[in-house]
Amino acid sequence: MHAEDVHKSFGKLEVLKGVSLEVTKGETVCIIGPSGSGKTTFIRCINHLEKIDSGRIEVNGHLIGYRQSGDKLVEDSERNIARQRTEIGMVFQRFNLFPHKTALGNVIEAPVHVLGTPKDQAVGLGTALLGRVGLADKVDVYPGKLSGGQQQRVAIARALAMGPALMLFDEPTSALDPEVIGEVLSVMEELAAAGTTMIVVTHEMGFARKAANRVVMMDEGLIIEEGTPEHFFEAPRHTRTKQFLSKIL
Amino acid sequence: MHGLVAVDLHVIWQQVFHPHPILWHVLWATVYISVASQALGVLLGLLAALARMSRFAVLRWISGIYVWIFRGTPLLVQIFYIYFAFSWPTLNFGIWTVSDAAIAGIVALSINEGAYMREIIRAGIDSVDRGQMEAAKSVGMTYGKAMRRIILPQAARVIVPPLGNEFNNMMKNTSLLFTIGVFELFAYSEQNYSQYFIADYFLAIAIWYLFLTTVWTFIQLWIERRLSVSDRGEELSFWERMILAWDPRIMWGRGMPWWGNR
Repeated sequence: MHAEDVHKSFGKLEVLKGVSLEVTKGETVCIIGPSGSGKTTFIRCINHLEKIDSGRIEVNGHLIGYRQSGDKLVEDSERNIARQRTEIGMVFQRFNLFPHKTALGNVIEAPVHVLGTPKDQAVGLGTALLGRVGLADKVDVYPGKLSGGQQQRVAIARALAMGPALMLFDEPTSALDPEVIGEVLSVMEELAAAGTTMIVVTHEMGFARKAANRVVMMDEGLIIEEGTPEHFFEAPRHTRTKQFLSKIL
Repeated sequence: MHGLVAVDLHVIWQQVFHPHPILWHVLWATVYISVASQALGVLLGLLAALARMSRFAVLRWISGIYVWIFRGTPLLVQIFYIYFAFSWPTLNFGIWTVSDAAIAGIVALSINEGAYMREIIRAGIDSVDRGQMEAAKSVGMTYGKAMRRIILPQAARVIVPPLGNEFNNMMKNTSLLFTIGVFELFAYSEQNYSQYFIADYFLAIAIWYLFLTTVWTFIQLWIERRLSVSDRGEELSFWERMILAWDPRIMWGRGMPWWGNR
């Protein structure tokens, strides 16, 4: 993933003021920062759920959301944007599972109806993925009957089912009860250890310390500090970073 | 005799329990006109709702003007205009003929109904959490696919109860088509009245309307119950649910829930 000078405004409010970030294959990057710093907006731009005003974002070598026309960028067709999104998995703060489908139904929906995977093959894949996130016994259960932690793990399996090159996590544990946060984080730690390329917006410093290759601090629409987890927890440079970390640690 | 008693029981008894075979004909006319108009009305309402939410201003405008006109003018005026302003064909399916007036009537009722259905369908779509569309897009669905597979099946639960009420109204509104010469339930009673001058023919036909709307109430209950069951228990798309809900084999095979043999 390669982001270059990304700008984004909502009306008069400038949320991203030139964000550049490079994430290489197999890396896990955590984005931290106070609310309103633009971190959620930034990862939503990476799969074009938000349009960017200027700059460019590439994933797996493909320009996201736009195509080059001369020296200008024009918004790409809906079909192309949809195709690009199949390479980018996203896990939302509020899970957003499809409530009218079972856990397995959620996982195989897009492989079958977007990628055209034969159903029996998708069922095999979906069952395996649900096993991987520790929900082998919940295959036929509807989201309404699952706990928040279980729902979020189904959501992770749903994103993984597309075989994405990059996984985005938008505060995946913020809407969870404290006692189930651990089960979601351990799934994410396993993914990171298995070499999944991940960008995680989170306040979970424990996860950042254990699983992240790199931590990025955002404030007021800019990346103000970047470094290894050790750097952040031992010797943060920026005053804003020190203030922020002292508040949440 | 009928001058002395307020209600001529003989006429009612005969019209309800020993009707002339022509009654089956007019009953069928009311039913097929209602069903066709409602089905087309839902389709138009869906198109208008999608147009209303479109990012193209022209489509939003067209949808707005459509609803403005057809909800803002009398249905009877619409029926007359559509019937007399255009020439409509008569369709012949062997023993079953659909007159030009019936076709014009179905067109008018459908267009009128679509304007009301637009709001109902839009409310249904609005009731689905915004995160659902984002999740569908994040796994690579286009807008259309996300609508069909994710949004509409969830909207159906909200759309179906008011849709049932619309159909109840539709069955009664078909009586307006009498004015352009469609031979349906009300036209038949009017024909009898003008021959014998017994007002009870109208009362008898009211009982037939009541019969239709009551049967529909039961069907409606059953569909709503089925929808809420599928929501918990079975994985079905909107259309699969609709088709299943309307499939007579399943309807009779499973029995009607209010008879307790579910």
